[in-house]
Amino acid sequence: MAELKLFRTWSSRFALRVVWALNLKGIQYDTIFEDLSNKSSLLLQYNPIYKKVPVLVHNGKPLVESLLILEYIDETWKQTPLLPEDPSERATARFWAKFGDDKVLLSVWNVFIKQGKDQEEAIVTAQENLGFVERQLTGKKFFNGETIGFVDLAFGWLANLLSVWEEICGVTLIDHEKFPLLSEWIQNFAGAPIIKESWPPRDKLITKNQALLEVYTSKEAPK
Amino acid sequence: MAKNDVKVLGAWPSPYVMRPRIALNIKSVNYEFLEETFGSKSELLLQSNPVHKKIPVLIHGDKPICESMIIVEYIDEVWTSGPSILPSDPYDRAIQRFWAAYVDEKWFAAMRGLRSAQGEERKAFLDQVTEGLALLEEAFGKCSKGKAFFGGDRIGLLDIAFGSFLGWLKVTEKVNGVKLLDEAKTPGLVKWAERFCADAAVKSVMPETEKLLEFSKVLAAKMKGAPPPKN
Repeated sequence: MAELKLFRTWSSRFALRVVWALNLKGIQYDTIFEDLSNKSSLLLQYNPIYKKVPVLVHNGKPLVESLLILEYIDETWKQTPLLPEDPSERATARFWAKFGDDKVLLSVWNVFIKQGKDQEEAIVTAQENLGFVERQLTGKKFFNGETIGFVDLAFGWLANLLSVWEEICGVTLIDHEKFPLLSEWIQNFAGAPIIKESWPPRDKLITKNQALLEVYTSKEAPK
Repeated sequence: MAKNDVKVLGAWPSPYVMRPRIALNIKSVNYEFLEETFGSKSELLLQSNPVHKKIPVLIHGDKPICESMIIVEYIDEVWTSGPSILPSDPYDRAIQRFWAAYVDEKWFAAMRGLRSAQGEERKAFLDQVTEGLALLEEAFGKCSKGKAFFGGDRIGLLDIAFGSFLGWLKVTEKVNGVKLLDEAKTPGLVKWAERFCADAAVKSVMPETEKLLEFSKVLAAKMKGAPPPKN
């Protein structure tokens, strides 16, 4: 019997991708919840370079970095494929997932930690990036088409964490007028079976992110 | 396949541009190399990579593919009759991808920092670069399993990802008066680097160190003369 363990935290948006992928494919696994302020020796042993979650351990062999873990899962368990078969569609999916992590995430985060004129500029950048993402949904229910796939999981954080940040800061980044397709995707994704069962508790997310944003905004404040 | 069915938009000094070219060479695929002029971006580049406006771009038929390592995986998946660039085992593939991402996100980021840093900051970046090379030496031992390359008998994904930086590594050694790849500390990588640069798929696209050194001076001068960033 294959042994599968997932190291995660209750809130990690990256670990959630792996939870979704395993659940969508109906794969059994054990969960180990980590406290990142007190990392277990096992976590440090399995991920010595980055010391982060998620870590997936399959038959004793560790895998790190959420998008790489998703590719591994897709290659090892063929049911409910996450990536398309066609090579150019696969390249496109990988491109948008990377764009999400490299550009979108940071640009959205900047909106919520900055203030005044800096925040206004951050909003412009974030909405430019989101504009590219919006256009990828043209004629599609999910980024993957009719069913949830790799890019949907990669952008999953937009379907819950974003609204937490928006609520705390009173800034609406994805409004229905400017981003009708993304707004609809958020509804479809957030409410989809398997996906909706795994969301971290919203009130806990709000408390945690409030504290996090306070730390960052006090750093950014002029001395 | 007709040569003009496959195009690579790029520039000779770019390590990222080398990657798809090496991959196409491994697969014996003929392609047209469209060289961008330094300091400006062609219409074709802006059209085919509107998001990042960066090289390399692979144009296959009418489809643009962007991001160097994504292009390499695409090449491997399309041209299946040539030698494989990625291993077949999913875990081995994950390891190759992990280290390729590490090279780009951590190690070369430190190399870039080293280029412009001064004083204490410079020492910090140099330490990061050296530590990274120690990790890669260890990874080489594990991945190669005694064979010539990270990919085994033949050049693979990680060889391409890391090897494409060897030209700039040599330039950094000269400019900083340091030895980064060292027979004492990184003996495996020293020999690997020689084999990589001598490989038929690499030789024709690896720039000469002297040319790269000259170019790096032009680049440094341009960056100094560049207008200050908008606040």
